[in-house]
Amino acid sequence: MTHSLTLDSISAHYGTTKVLEDLSLAVGEGELVSLLGASGCGKTTTLRLVAGFLQPTSGTITLGGRDLTRLPPHQRDIGLVFQNYALFPHLSVADNVGFGLKQRGISGEAKTKRVTAMLERVGLAHLADRLPGALSGGQKQRVALARALVIEPPLLMFDEPLSNLDAKLRIDMRVEIRQLQRANGTTSVYVTHDQEEAFSISDRVAIMHAGRIMQLDTPERLYQRPANAFVARFVGFENLIPMTVVERDGAKITAEMAGGVRLTLGLEQFGDIPDRFILACRADGLQVTDNAAMEGIPATLGLRTYLGRAYQYQAETPAGPLIANGPLTRPLEPGVAAKLVPVPEQCTILSPE
Amino acid sequence: MTRNIHPLLIAGTALVFMFLVGPLIIVLGAALSDTTYLTFPPQGLSLRWFENIFAIDAFRRTILTSLQIALLSTTIALIIGIPAAYALNRHRIQLPGWLSTLFILPVLVPELVLGFSLLKNVAVQFNSPIYLSLLFGHALIVLPYVVRVISASLASFDFSIEEAAISLGSPPLKTFFTVLLPNVRSGVIAAFILAFITSINDVSISIFLTGPGLSTLPIQLLAHMEQFFDPTVASVSVLLMILTVAVMAVVERTLGLTFLAK
Repeated sequence: MTHSLTLDSISAHYGTTKVLEDLSLAVGEGELVSLLGASGCGKTTTLRLVAGFLQPTSGTITLGGRDLTRLPPHQRDIGLVFQNYALFPHLSVADNVGFGLKQRGISGEAKTKRVTAMLERVGLAHLADRLPGALSGGQKQRVALARALVIEPPLLMFDEPLSNLDAKLRIDMRVEIRQLQRANGTTSVYVTHDQEEAFSISDRVAIMHAGRIMQLDTPERLYQRPANAFVARFVGFENLIPMTVVERDGAKITAEMAGGVRLTLGLEQFGDIPDRFILACRADGLQVTDNAAMEGIPATLGLRTYLGRAYQYQAETPAGPLIANGPLTRPLEPGVAAKLVPVPEQCTILSPE
Repeated sequence: MTRNIHPLLIAGTALVFMFLVGPLIIVLGAALSDTTYLTFPPQGLSLRWFENIFAIDAFRRTILTSLQIALLSTTIALIIGIPAAYALNRHRIQLPGWLSTLFILPVLVPELVLGFSLLKNVAVQFNSPIYLSLLFGHALIVLPYVVRVISASLASFDFSIEEAAISLGSPPLKTFFTVLLPNVRSGVIAAFILAFITSINDVSISIFLTGPGLSTLPIQLLAHMEQFFDPTVASVSVLLMILTVAVMAVVERTLGLTFLAK
């Protein structure tokens, strides 16, 4: 039996507030899918609906062919890892981990064996008799992870599991979570607002906004080929420039932006370009040069900031304000007239909405 | 390291201490007096007034009644109050704000008024047995303490712990007993003590709800004082103090008293 999770047109309304609108999502067997978005985007609601702590207004949730939609949460058999660990304060580490086994009627030596094995896997066997209050944040999260994994659930869900940890530990823990998840092949849903975390840990990421999934794709495709303006802005395309094709010439097109500025773009680098499109460029995708002979967007440079690998400029152009980067070897002063040259690798084409 | 403590601070502390402990010493002294009237300092030392409590039938009966009523009313208040406090905290966002105030009303209403209206509208109206009316009245006045104290200890309880238990396969009701209650244990014990002591000491409700053949210790004490001015009153008070101290000592031994301050 496969353990894939399917959400089929789930809507959730609370009073008059629509929290989720017709959301569909399929997480394949052994896959880790992140729900990424700002607070209020519906990612936590989605997780709580799957866990059974909330009821959808409409739609169905199935896990490995089993309909979960109306099943009470304690019968869903889902491993949960919470942001604030949610360990049982009155139970030892071993009893915390053994809690789920006990509910499944596993006791005595069988239980002890599985608990010990699990604690060894998360490197906490020596703390088995401690109470949670005596553990550090990282240790607590490991116990929470062990507690969720030991019941061998068909689905594992994480609710911002690392947000209470410091930056260094967060990176270590996410590697550890990914390794355990891979080793067990557990289908997983991971909720976070941290883009780097989501991209580094996931097979696929669902970027959510206002109760909808804006794009569900691999981190690479999301980063390089966002499907719409929202996702493009989310993954760091600072400049979105609406353009219209004025001339097609074999492998090249010429397009015009506001203010009458024209650019020539190669179809080989950008793929198909519709007649009306948005040129999305990261700051790195617009190179600043004071060489007037270059083809680019004419700009007057404003504030310059130092990024370590480059200088970043706030630039005024006929098409409006843009953000562009320039080489460290040639710092330019505010007020200088320059050209912003698109770098195809750091730019992409979006359809206008 | 030496610390300079202002002499006024020492004097102030001593005054407060005397204010707190002084009456207790006077009562204890009076109870041990060999005289037939209340006096302090005691003249002669004797335990005869303690013996006298148990010699008087009314005292023996009312002590038992008071203990029974306190135990039963506290138990009833806990049975109602713990789920109420749980619901008020768990669903704080969804529930209207006035609902938690509702559970404090019994202490906001002057107790004499409450006692009288219970007598008129419950005891007389439904002609209910005296014992039941008294028990009901006591449960009502100790309920606010139970709800308050347990709410305070639930306020620091992270309800995702409950969700964690449920997600691991523990049904909600079982989770309530195996996960939630053990974590608010100190609050439950504190609520029990407060409610028990409140019930044992209550006069204003009991004075309306006691009746022929049924009285509580404080009411019997009042009745006794109206007729006699002997140190029995003081020795009963000492007994009550010993009971309270004993409860505290047990709690201190098992949990530590610090939790009461939480």
